[in-house]
Amino acid sequence: MLRALRVIRIGWLLQLKTMARSGFDVLTAIVTPITYASIAFFLYRRGGGAETLLWVSLGAAFMGLWASTLWGAGNTIQRQRSQQTLEFAIAAPTPFLVSLIGTSLASSTVGLYSLVATLVWGRLLFDVPLELEHPILFALSLPAAVLSLGLLGIVMAATLILYRYAWALANMLEYPVWLAAGLLAPIALLPGWVHPISYALAPTWGAKAVRESVLGGSPLTAIGVCLGLAAVYLAIGFVFVQNFERLARERATLALS
Amino acid sequence: MNVVEAVDLRRTYKTTTGTIRRRSLEVEAVRGVSFSIAEGELFGLLGPNGAGKTTTIKMLITLLIPTSGVARVLGHDVVKDARWVRERIGYVFGGDRGLYERLSALDNLRYFAELYGVEPKRQRARIDELLELVGLKGREKERVEGYSRGMRQRLHIARGLLHDPPVVFLDEPTIGVDPVGARELRATIASLTASGKTVLLTTHYMFEADALCDRIAVIANGVIVAQGTPQELKAGVVDGSVVEVEVFGVEERSVERVRELTGVRAVTVEDREQKQLLIVQTAPGLELTHAILSQLDGVSIGRVSSREPTLEDAYVALVTAA
Repeated sequence: MLRALRVIRIGWLLQLKTMARSGFDVLTAIVTPITYASIAFFLYRRGGGAETLLWVSLGAAFMGLWASTLWGAGNTIQRQRSQQTLEFAIAAPTPFLVSLIGTSLASSTVGLYSLVATLVWGRLLFDVPLELEHPILFALSLPAAVLSLGLLGIVMAATLILYRYAWALANMLEYPVWLAAGLLAPIALLPGWVHPISYALAPTWGAKAVRESVLGGSPLTAIGVCLGLAAVYLAIGFVFVQNFERLARERATLALS
Repeated sequence: MNVVEAVDLRRTYKTTTGTIRRRSLEVEAVRGVSFSIAEGELFGLLGPNGAGKTTTIKMLITLLIPTSGVARVLGHDVVKDARWVRERIGYVFGGDRGLYERLSALDNLRYFAELYGVEPKRQRARIDELLELVGLKGREKERVEGYSRGMRQRLHIARGLLHDPPVVFLDEPTIGVDPVGARELRATIASLTASGKTVLLTTHYMFEADALCDRIAVIANGVIVAQGTPQELKAGVVDGSVVEVEVFGVEERSVERVRELTGVRAVTVEDREQKQLLIVQTAPGLELTHAILSQLDGVSIGRVSSREPTLEDAYVALVTAA
């Protein structure tokens, strides 16, 4: 267990280091949330009051967080394939799932910046108020959201072990999840058949937890669901990684980029 | 005790051709390979490109599941006990990929030290020791993307030895490395068996195999065509001789005519800038120089010489006959 935690810690740290060393990655991470936030503010500022703008602003922050998780999940495996490090990481005695957790959590951590950037951007340019209803629960909801999104990233990354072109599919998931998770508009406005999908997504509960801790409400339920979903994603990730790794070794696709 | 065992290993790849009308193809990369390596032995696997060397090594290091046959490392099945095997083997692939480019050598080694479960207390000392061994001490904080091919190759070796594995697999570790760097790498490889490790080495360079390996298996078209000590393999062709003819612009039909001569065992042509070197292996007791030259009628001829066969000649004869 301690060994797994050490692998997660160094995987997280080195993934952050890798991302910080690419000007392109840094620029994308800085500009994307600001762009999302601006679009959201321009869409809502006429019709909405201060509270609506804050609600939208937190949704926009999760758009950035989700984009970062999705990009990180797809990019981690693709980069390992193109660098030909995937085989080395998989053939190490530490289960590949453990090293994936560190890299996936790093992408979600970078996504946290989008939350801060969005709130500061909204405060400075659009006069969005920034008062926290439950500061302690807000501090709890953030790691819960990062954890659940990060582990959802693992489920997606695991499919890339076997299917080289799954990143294209993963990229397509960016915008539908914004809608399904109620980041721009309440889930209640969506057709009923979308609701089960919404409730299975980490961004839905992460955004709910953060919104309720900022705007008022009882965020503990959403925080609990975030943690529960994280456990479910971890279990799915475990099954996926085990099976996809074996299939990739059977089909000889690990070395292909 | 046999540390590495391959028993009738086979591996088939499935691939497709065509864009609209797709057709599935099966390619047999390894077709019943068997060999064993004793403790402390340096065993060489030689063969041309596409012979099945890397596929065989990848099955042994658990990266590919064999289509059939059995592979064991330290008595454990590489498919059933993959994790157990992974903890006890190190592997090094040739080429300049396989490293985290944006990270330093030190970070690469720290990461793999954790992946291989090297005790945190020992990590720093072990990494220092290996950096010293492969000659990267003082350069370890630089990013790998700025490393030369030789430096990357040395870093690969350090990475493969982090957990001090008793069995090491080296797949063309000196490929593309300059002569001085390659000589240093060969010295490092030789030191591995001196420290009691069992090594499986694949290489294209015959002199390297001759200098390093206790035993060699020659693989061609997915099957092992010969196995033995370098001396035993050389003995297979030592009863003949080799005629070398420098030619300028020789055509394939002339080479074919030489190949059809009675007593000719193998013919190869090596390009040497504007000229080519025709290497003809002949059966013992025959003087074929005149017959060979007569088949090259109309071709400009330079130096002609005759010599004793080398391990490379043995290899060429085996691979050509396969």
